[in-house]
Amino acid sequence: MSPTLMLNLEEEVSMVLFGVGFTMLLLHRNLIKKIMGMNIMDTAIYLFLAAKGYIEGRGVPILTDGVQDASAYINPVPSGLVLTGIVVSVSTTALMLALTIRLYERYHSLDLDQILISMKMEEEEQL
Amino acid sequence: MSFVQNFPFFSIIIAMFSGIVSSVLSGKKARAVSIAAITVTTVLSAFVLAFCLRTGQSYTYMMGHFPAPWGNEIRAGVLEGLTALLFGVVMFLSVVGGLRYTEEDVEPSKQNLFYIMIDLMLSSLLALIYTNDLFTAYVFVEINTIAGCGLIMMSQTGRSLTAAIRYMVMSSLGSGLFLIGLSLLYDVSGQLLMSPAKEAVARIVVDGSYQIPLLVIVAVVSVGLAIKSGLFPFHYWIPDTYGYATPTASAVLSGLVSKGYIFLLIKFFYRVIGTENAAHSHIINALFFFGVAGMMFGSLRAIMQTDTRKMIAYSSVAQIGYIYMGIGLGTQAGMIAAIFHIFSHGATKALLFISSVGLYKVSGDRTDFLALRGSAYRNRLAGAGFLVGALSMVGFPMLAGFISKLLFATSAFASPHKMLITLIALAVSTVLNAIYFLRLMIGLYRPTKSGSFVEPAPAERTGGGEEADRKGRGAKQAEKGAGPGSGSAAAAANPWTMRIAIVCFIILNLILGLFSQPIVSAITDGLAMFG
Repeated sequence: MSPTLMLNLEEEVSMVLFGVGFTMLLLHRNLIKKIMGMNIMDTAIYLFLAAKGYIEGRGVPILTDGVQDASAYINPVPSGLVLTGIVVSVSTTALMLALTIRLYERYHSLDLDQILISMKMEEEEQL
Repeated sequence: MSFVQNFPFFSIIIAMFSGIVSSVLSGKKARAVSIAAITVTTVLSAFVLAFCLRTGQSYTYMMGHFPAPWGNEIRAGVLEGLTALLFGVVMFLSVVGGLRYTEEDVEPSKQNLFYIMIDLMLSSLLALIYTNDLFTAYVFVEINTIAGCGLIMMSQTGRSLTAAIRYMVMSSLGSGLFLIGLSLLYDVSGQLLMSPAKEAVARIVVDGSYQIPLLVIVAVVSVGLAIKSGLFPFHYWIPDTYGYATPTASAVLSGLVSKGYIFLLIKFFYRVIGTENAAHSHIINALFFFGVAGMMFGSLRAIMQTDTRKMIAYSSVAQIGYIYMGIGLGTQAGMIAAIFHIFSHGATKALLFISSVGLYKVSGDRTDFLALRGSAYRNRLAGAGFLVGALSMVGFPMLAGFISKLLFATSAFASPHKMLITLIALAVSTVLNAIYFLRLMIGLYRPTKSGSFVEPAPAERTGGGEEADRKGRGAKQAEKGAGPGSGSAAAAANPWTMRIAIVCFIILNLILGLFSQPIVSAITDGLAMFG
């Protein structure tokens, strides 16, 4: 095993998780699992950012005990990005869940293929 | 610092605040606020454009007084001003043109929500145009997605709900890829602002370090934004999405939203990666290939449709292909052609969506070719609007579409390896466009026996005697004879707002087609100060 493999463990895990989430969002037929996939994908990016922002042996980027020196703290920018990203992904998740509830009430299914079939059948009945 | 330099920020914030204020207003007031906001931002964009044309350079605008590597920036130049101006005009005309149908399609209690979505859409589009910060771009990409989803699902039919979930799934995939791309870029360059990131990228390229991560970044961001703008083969959500939303929503979604992402991608190439590095990576060839494939596939699928809405939507797939083909040429001329096509397609497709509704309304709300036969006589203005739109799509001289085709063709000569493919693709796609648009146009202008819509009208039987009479007097007489009845139907289908919108769209198309020279030179200047 190459030595860098263990060095960048968090990044590797996050890339694997990103792939898992991406595939779930793309390929899974169940809407709830799609949403879970989306969350796994987003969380993987946050893990990646947090891992990249962390510097061994330094503190949280909040001014403590009047220490002004930047070398005492980790990089605050990725943490800021993660916070913003979480807000964004919460709102997208809420919207997706609301849509899923609407679709379930209408077609009594969470399976996207099944929903599309019932939608086509409903339209044909109307015609 | 001139006061005009504040205007990009003002226009973003005005659009956003009008959305927030609209949440406590009634539908009518929200509509007024929304139209006022669009008007004001369009005027502000015109000022920005005039300012940048006068000074001849772009400027950066520091947000919150934090200097470059940390703060957030807006950057405005000729190209940004021009794009914002045209997007504003198309947005305004789409909203005004679809007013009546929005009222009909959306529940009264939810009218204000529709206009909130329009406001948020406008503000996110403006932010995508003006921002100089990658993460801000990501946040506004998501706002854009959510607003787009809201617009799609407004009519609350089963179709629009499934279209919305499909749109959300594809858009989330695209946003995820864009976010991971910019996270990786932040890691290799340490920058989120575009201009400092470009310097860092240039250093990386010279160093020879991080070549593979850089390639991955370009690939991931390009694919993410391509998914979001509906490039073939990621287009399957487009037909339902554009086809089954309310007219305003369809016009805005197909005319502007996908273009906002393409504009961001062009900005990413110019301002972060550098055009030369982008041209050297093979990603641009992939964009070219899929653009050409999209042109063919979209046109072929459009020919197979028998439903007008779906046909127009599939034609969008083909037009997005044109734009990516221009970007994929990897030359300055190709990029100018692509940007001009962003404008011309925005103006044309919105015109098609708005005017086609006028035709459905005089055909008993049916959208298939058979029902629409002769509808251009029942609703003259909508027919004329559709004719201009279709001819522009096909590339008729004097109209916007012709100029973009001309620009694509001339730009092809600058890149010898792709010249033949580009020219063949243009020729074939033009023929295919002509096949499906002219087939529909011939149907629309085919005089029907009665001159009025036949199918769902039981009262038609009573007038049977007259019908035979008219038939004898020839087609011209027939349409005249149906005058009073069809006139009132057309009046009901064409509220005055829609008349204004169609006429203005036609004028916009003519302006883009006849006075293309100043616009093309403005795009050239804009691109020069873009990087």
